[in-house]
Amino acid sequence: MIPREPLIITGGKLLTGSGAPSAGSIRCEGDRIVAAGEVEAQPGDRTHDARGKIVMPGIIDLGVFEIDKPAFHFGGITRAALMPDQNPPLDYPARVRFAASYGKPDLWVHPIAAATRGLAGSELPELGLMQEAGARAVSSGRQWLGDSGIMLRMMQYAAMLGLPVISHAEDAGLTGGAVATAGEMATRLGLPSAPAEAESLAIMRDIALAEMAGAHLHIRQVTTAAGLDLVRAAKARGVRLTCGVTPAYFMLSDIATAGFLTFTRLSPPLRSEADRLAVRIALADGTIDTIASGHDPRGPEDKRLPFVDAAPGMAGAETLLPLTLSLVRDGVIDMARMCELLCVNPARILGVEAGRLEAGLEADIAVIDPDRPWIVDSDRMEAQAGNTPFDKQPVQGRAIALFKGGQKIEG
Amino acid sequence: MSDAPNPSSTRYPAGGDAFPHKDLIGIAPLAPWEIHYLLDEAEQWVALNRQPAKHADALAGLTIINAFFENSTRTLLSFEIAGKRLGADVVNMHAAQSSVKKGETLIDTATTLNAMRADAIVIRHSSSGAVQLIADKVDCPVLNAGDGQHEHPTQALLDALTMRFWLRSDSCPLSDEFAKLKIAICGDIMHSRVARSNILLLTTLGAEVRVCAPPALMPAAIEHMKVTPFSDFNAAIDGVDVVMMLRLQNERMAGPFIPSAREYRHLFGLTPERLKRAAPHALVMHPGPMNRGVEIDSSVADMLERSAITRQVEMGVALRMACLDVVTRRARGVEGWNSL
Repeated sequence: MIPREPLIITGGKLLTGSGAPSAGSIRCEGDRIVAAGEVEAQPGDRTHDARGKIVMPGIIDLGVFEIDKPAFHFGGITRAALMPDQNPPLDYPARVRFAASYGKPDLWVHPIAAATRGLAGSELPELGLMQEAGARAVSSGRQWLGDSGIMLRMMQYAAMLGLPVISHAEDAGLTGGAVATAGEMATRLGLPSAPAEAESLAIMRDIALAEMAGAHLHIRQVTTAAGLDLVRAAKARGVRLTCGVTPAYFMLSDIATAGFLTFTRLSPPLRSEADRLAVRIALADGTIDTIASGHDPRGPEDKRLPFVDAAPGMAGAETLLPLTLSLVRDGVIDMARMCELLCVNPARILGVEAGRLEAGLEADIAVIDPDRPWIVDSDRMEAQAGNTPFDKQPVQGRAIALFKGGQKIEG
Repeated sequence: MSDAPNPSSTRYPAGGDAFPHKDLIGIAPLAPWEIHYLLDEAEQWVALNRQPAKHADALAGLTIINAFFENSTRTLLSFEIAGKRLGADVVNMHAAQSSVKKGETLIDTATTLNAMRADAIVIRHSSSGAVQLIADKVDCPVLNAGDGQHEHPTQALLDALTMRFWLRSDSCPLSDEFAKLKIAICGDIMHSRVARSNILLLTTLGAEVRVCAPPALMPAAIEHMKVTPFSDFNAAIDGVDVVMMLRLQNERMAGPFIPSAREYRHLFGLTPERLKRAAPHALVMHPGPMNRGVEIDSSVADMLERSAITRQVEMGVALRMACLDVVTRRARGVEGWNSL
């Protein structure tokens, strides 16, 4: 290991994870933060001048489908929770251990264990051994786990181990082969569609099972007004429940699918405008706990197809920060809440010592310029593929320096 | 005063260049006057087709490829006859013979067809939007012969042509105006591209359109397409001028949508008794192929004085001749047709 001098980041506004940005410095020794706030540089410190920009924790992306380091670093992401839908699935301790070591040292991958062997929905995998191998949560991945008995037993097991259960909330009996949300747009385009209620039904069941099992349920994406109402009510009565969303659902509605644009083919499918507005309200009132990228780069083999045949998913890591910042500019949330959604809460759910600028925590730090304008261009992305529904859209905000464990990541 | 056509008008400008689209992908992009233009153009071919010598040379030397990625008999035959009667070289490509079976993507197939310098490509595909995808990749005009559950524009146009001939006939007591028509479209609305294109066309021309289906076969928010939905067939056809029946598309249904064909006929089948609820002059239509004894009884389908089902097939050839003629005029350098 190369000995490293302590690092001090000066001249920025600290977004520590508790409160609004304030002027200050942050000092790191080794891979840890040792002080934040009114901190003086000491002889021998490496200094990074943040030049008045925002200094925040590295983003923790809760639920990606691909380890895509260049895209993550572009987006200010220092840790990514990897969904179990890999080839082969993360259903065996050795696979989990390999995934956990994959991105180090400048990107930490937190594997999410498969809820069932092969994600086939019928047998429980070795959750305890996978936890020891590095798994930070357990999930049925892209799929709805339809067998309620297996879901309950998996949740009971996860509760015993203290692993959060990350669910995909779409009742498969209703969704079937649907690629769109039932409504005017799907009807006009003649797309196989499922009612938005497929989400609320799934949420209702999963909340009931989680209460029975005493498990911490995290619903990866809640995208409908009805689903958010259920989450709100369950949280109010004290259920151990968190939920997340990805930017597509607060930026776009099903209108974006007009013209059969396969970059807008997502899972769950884009919802109505009323649901989009409900997501924004839920981000403001605290119902939603996390915003993740859902990063799922898909090449032309998967996307240059008729809409129905195209694979769902979008490359989201690069646009996660600017699109979340658009909520700040629109007055939906403030900077402190943005930090909660992108850093603090994901760290809490995964149980990792990061997500805040606080003494003792890992020195994962992003310096961001929230106003820097740039244009999303699917042809010129860092990601493995450019399948973004925000192609050619002007955005503002990006990471201008990134530190993982106190080491600057050169990009 | 501008010469630009008024999109809400059914009148179109004289002197050509009356169809400002490269392709015919759907009814949705068409203005009322563009629909009337295509119907007017089709009328001359109806007359030709009724003559013993049915040959014209408008498309002589042109190559038309019928690329059918989904099985079809009547539409393929109709397009083939239409092309040949206009003097074109017509090539049919069936999915079973194509490289699609070998894993070639649709876009690669489109690029290949484009490289073969076709002058028009007619496409049928099982996926909604597939025809648009190909049209974006090829230089020549593309005609949609049905894409998934999305649109089947030539079927809607030939249905309109059938209705217009009927409206102008001595046997019809109505005036020659679509805007005064009451039409019920009944059956598997959910899976029907014919229903979507007809809804778009007929409402664009101002007709009152009712749609009727069991709830499981009725698409969400269909009322946003300016139609009135019904699940009571008797109420739906009460007093209508046209009853358009649709086939149950079992091949598109994932899982059970209706309990049985017997019950479906009981609730949604067009029987002679039920037809009495429609206007006395009501026209019966069906795009075919029919499930006789399910959505329509043979005694209704074969009623000479009421059923337009074989007339629809006749109109199909003429209408497709018109569409092939119109979309290739720009490339053929027909006078007055400027580049897009």
